Amino acid sequence: MVKEKDSVIKDHSGSRLLKDKIFLIGIIIFSVITISPILLIIGKLIVKGYRQISLDFLIETTPNTFEAMTSIANGERIPGGIANGITGTLLMVLLAAVIAIPIGLITGIYLYENQEKRLAGVIRNISDILQGVPSIVLGLIAYLWVVKHVTQGFSALAGSTALAIMMLPMIVRSTEETFKMIPNAIKEAALALGVPYYRVILQILIPTGFSGLLTGILLSISRVIGETAPLMLTALGSSVINWDVTKPTSSIPLLIWEFYNDPNMVDLIWSSSLLLMGIVLAFNLISKQIAARRR
Amino acid sequence: MLPEEDKNMNENILEIKDPVLTLEGLSVAYDTNVAVKNVSVGFKKNSVTAIMGPSGCGKSTLLRAINRMHELYENIETTGKIILNGQDIMDMSTIKVRRRMGMVFQRPNPFPTMSIYDNVIAGYKLNGIKLKKGQKDDIVERSLQDVTLWDEVKDSLFKKGTFLSGGQQQRLCIARALAFSPEIILLDEPTSALDPIATAKIEDLLVKLKESYTIILVTHNMAQAARISDYSLFMYLGELVEYDKTKKMFTNPKDIRTEEYLTGKFG
Ligand SMILES: Nc1ncnc2c1ncn2[C@@H]1O[C@H](COP(=O)(O)OP(=O)(O)OP(=O)(O)O)[C@@H](O)[C@H]1O
Ligand SMILES: [Mg+2]
Repeated sequence: MVKEKDSVIKDHSGSRLLKDKIFLIGIIIFSVITISPILLIIGKLIVKGYRQISLDFLIETTPNTFEAMTSIANGERIPGGIANGITGTLLMVLLAAVIAIPIGLITGIYLYENQEKRLAGVIRNISDILQGVPSIVLGLIAYLWVVKHVTQGFSALAGSTALAIMMLPMIVRSTEETFKMIPNAIKEAALALGVPYYRVILQILIPTGFSGLLTGILLSISRVIGETAPLMLTALGSSVINWDVTKPTSSIPLLIWEFYNDPNMVDLIWSSSLLLMGIVLAFNLISKQIAARRR
Repeated sequence: MLPEEDKNMNENILEIKDPVLTLEGLSVAYDTNVAVKNVSVGFKKNSVTAIMGPSGCGKSTLLRAINRMHELYENIETTGKIILNGQDIMDMSTIKVRRRMGMVFQRPNPFPTMSIYDNVIAGYKLNGIKLKKGQKDDIVERSLQDVTLWDEVKDSLFKKGTFLSGGQQQRLCIARALAFSPEIILLDEPTSALDPIATAKIEDLLVKLKESYTIILVTHNMAQAARISDYSLFMYLGELVEYDKTKKMFTNPKDIRTEEYLTGKFG
């Protein structure tokens, strides 16, 4: 009797093990399928782009098409770099963050504080819709508002406006979600000490949710850093380093687009894309790291 | 309500001479649900008063009304008077009310971003009250001594308060309330999330603290009320049913509902 029972159990566990194995192999195969595109892309970028990467690439401005043509004819590295794009991206993303972070935080706090209010529902819906608006349309809007009326010409400010509008919904949502996760008990502990509400927000909610807020901000930055279309309509591009927010400005993705359109510059596409990809990946990894440490 | 019933109720409610805190016809409603109904009672200085009653009878609601926590929520309406040392608390600022009546919650809730040290003086820090380093050190040491936590944490004052055990966290939260030198400490089931050893420590602490403070303690635990309270208050469905010296109430309850509760017939 006992023996029979034993064998029954064994059989059962055997088939279970086999199922586990098949399942595991399946997981591995699908994981490889999922991550292979990104590995292939990075591999391709490194193979085609590494020749152009050097210090010059980071600190020099873009060469003109004639310089590029001559060096290609001589079989040399294309001279110059993409410093005008790097500084432009830095300028416009920073400015966009400066615009979007306060507005996003305040809106997020409002939504958190007024969960049930009708206005909060409306704002939440608008924010969701905004998230789905194609970036080129936001570029057009920034063109109409800023290029035409504020800076009277293509400008970094116009580009930043478009990027800021793109960042807003993510910051609003992440702020609201982060604050919702903070236990009510922490808030009440502060209120029971007689702390006024605005101080509770500034000194309890924001520090307690800091890593959550930071994650949302970093992810929103990494989302807009590669944006090209809205910048074409607003910042236009520039072959020199520009720090004036009212002047046309370049960016890394804008340069990639320009290189694509110039047969002599095609080699610069890969190195520029490699850099852009690296920056975006870094932002993603850092924000994931912060989010993970929170738990 | 029947007038006869009213009379009975009043007979079962002890009169306190020179109460430090008095509730006069206090009612609290969540929207239309009246959770505390017309409670009038005085609290004796330097004593432990236990608030007992079955779940949902309005104990927490009553306690939170005392330091005006309900004002934070739009759907809660409080009526009646609360008199602290002869002064209506509605005539004081909320910060003053809450400084004079500290609150400790059911679950320990130290501020997660702050060190043990900062948690103790959080009341000053968060209200933007500037203190000299020496004053701060004194308050931290005195408050932690008061809750018998000093020896356990004096070498790790700058570690996060959330690293402490549940019982230590709860004592830290009591220290945070004491740091403000309140007159009254309101505690809402402060030991219900703790193990028996940590619970015993807090109970000893409360008995010690009544020498300098007046303690109002919500508890589910009848044995706890019997062990440490001087006065007991029994609530049922939002009403104050009976109020007496704890010994008297436990040996000779007047109202049938109190008796049934104390003998475990419901609750
Ligand atoms: N925030 C709230 N919103 C609406 N109703 C509430 C709220 N808090 C409590 N109530 C209601 O008020 C009544 C009293 O609740 P209260 O929390 O004061 O009871 P309690 O005696 O503390 O119970 P417990 O022993 O379970 O803690 C209950 O009917 C409850 O449903
Ligand atoms: Mg309660």
